[in-house]
Amino acid sequence: MSWLLAAPIIIPFATAVLAFLFRNGPEGRWISIIGAAGLLIASGILMAEVLAEGVVAAQMGQWGAPFGITLVADLLSAVMVVITGITGLAVAIYALADIEERLEKLGYHALFQVLLAGVCGAFLTGDLFNLYVWFEVMLIASFGLLVLGGRRDQLDGGIKYVTLNLVSTILFLSGIGLLYGMTGTLNMADLHGAVQEVENQGLLVVVAVMFMIAFGVKAAVFPLFFWLPASYHTPSVAVSAIFAGLLTKVGVYALIRMFTLVFTTDIAFTHTILLWVAGFTMVTGVLGAAAMNDFRRILSFHIVSQIGYMILGLALYTPLAIVGAVFYLVHHIIVKANLFLVAGVARRIAGSTDLSAIGGLYKTAPWLAFLFLIPAFSLAGFPPLSGFWAKYVLVKAAIDAEAYVIAGTALVVGLLTIYSMTKIWGAAFWKPHPGGLQPKLSSLAPRDRAALLVPIASLAALTCIIGLFPEPFVQFAERAADQLLDPSAYVAAVLGADEVGLTGLAALEVTE
Amino acid sequence: MELLIAIMVGVLVAASVYLMLARNVLRFLFGLILISNAANLLIFVSGRLTAEAPPLIPEGADAPLELVANALPQALVLTAIVIGFGLFAFALMLVYRGYQSLGTLMSDEMRLAEPKEDGQ
Repeated sequence: MSWLLAAPIIIPFATAVLAFLFRNGPEGRWISIIGAAGLLIASGILMAEVLAEGVVAAQMGQWGAPFGITLVADLLSAVMVVITGITGLAVAIYALADIEERLEKLGYHALFQVLLAGVCGAFLTGDLFNLYVWFEVMLIASFGLLVLGGRRDQLDGGIKYVTLNLVSTILFLSGIGLLYGMTGTLNMADLHGAVQEVENQGLLVVVAVMFMIAFGVKAAVFPLFFWLPASYHTPSVAVSAIFAGLLTKVGVYALIRMFTLVFTTDIAFTHTILLWVAGFTMVTGVLGAAAMNDFRRILSFHIVSQIGYMILGLALYTPLAIVGAVFYLVHHIIVKANLFLVAGVARRIAGSTDLSAIGGLYKTAPWLAFLFLIPAFSLAGFPPLSGFWAKYVLVKAAIDAEAYVIAGTALVVGLLTIYSMTKIWGAAFWKPHPGGLQPKLSSLAPRDRAALLVPIASLAALTCIIGLFPEPFVQFAERAADQLLDPSAYVAAVLGADEVGLTGLAALEVTE
Repeated sequence: MELLIAIMVGVLVAASVYLMLARNVLRFLFGLILISNAANLLIFVSGRLTAEAPPLIPEGADAPLELVANALPQALVLTAIVIGFGLFAFALMLVYRGYQSLGTLMSDEMRLAEPKEDGQ
């Protein structure tokens, strides 16, 4: 049981060590792919177990629940780990053609695998301080990946990324300290009960807002997102893609986890803040994207705007809205990583990501145009692609909750998303190349072409499958949302079924 | 004692916020050291301070016999110090490299990744 939960963390770490040892040869990249495939298999087994058994929990080192470190997987954690495996494998294959030998020798594959381990750890842990540690593992790996190669714009973007993320880390840590001071426990399932006993509920809300800001920086919500558009377009394409797919989503996951499991004592206050944040995030992100003129920078701002939709689902806090948030989270990781991968191919064959310097891709590389259209339309919310269902569920939830303004905002932002997708389409695909170049996919070496296009095509196929057969996925999201809104199964799995009413400090006082 | 440390945390945070608002990235880093130490002290003090009572269990007993200091926040602080040290070393190195290749420490002048549009 515990191996099942630990495997998605151990496999990438072991792969990282091996990939580092073989970083000078071609073996490193294959080790990375095998490791990512292993992670996908392990996550699939974990998913099957969670689907069959309900919430799965294991105590590391055999220390009982509130005292030791717990690894726990409910449906949300499990699906996030699966999606990490899928994106990780896609990007590992893409890296075959994208990452230069120089970066491999600097240890790209090892850092990439440590990043995956950190992300999986953050999804699986059931302990708040352990979550902090996983965030750090993830952060330090992402710092390394971001500045790997040391070009000047990378260093520039890196400084902003590092400084702002370190501030958020400190806030997270302070929040943990204060929460521990109030409740005497850091186990998330234990906290669920312990926060009800806290006398000073006002202070609890203060701590909740500290967590909101700390995770908000990681998730890149308004007004804390400035590090993201400053840095995401600077590293290698494979790095941008994995960042865009996974990193901000860990912040969103942490927000969803904490604000459904722990900080539910003053929903009227905390979730109203989240609702405002969601609205502003959607609007500023999409407006920022409209002002940009670079393939990857437009996509970076769109990450921000799409994060708003997920926060919207959490903020409305109705069962349907949480379903929408979970569905959106899964759909968005696939689509966003894919768009960045397409941008990378466009840069390879047309020479740049600056929209004014490229063009003509539709005429000479129609397959790439087709592969761009699928995730782009899905992002904008065209039926019958995955984004349509995600947006549909969220807007429906907003209208059901009589939050018409935010529902309208979500729809308008969807329209503006189409605007910037058509801007990319018009500039990169339709207009002739300003340099008279005829960008062709056949200009790539066959091996590179396969490594670049197979992941893109697979992720696009996944988007279509979710879009054409949404029912099982929505049903799954419904089950996940049920677990989130009624955490009793989660708490029972972590603490044991015979849990007594007293938790945290109260339990300690009885034994004294 | 707890009040004293709480006030100290407040002073440290105030000083670090002042430093971090500076345009100079190096000052920002100094602020970062202060605020990470403030966070560590905060964890320490929120675990309640018990002076001169090390958390030792005498031989043959399963639990400490009398009230002892809370060992968990100390373990957390230790972890946080190690992680904070590593991250700070990285940040310092990054800023140094940035200074070498960008030629400036002023965050206003770091516009390579986000160049100003023409005509502004």
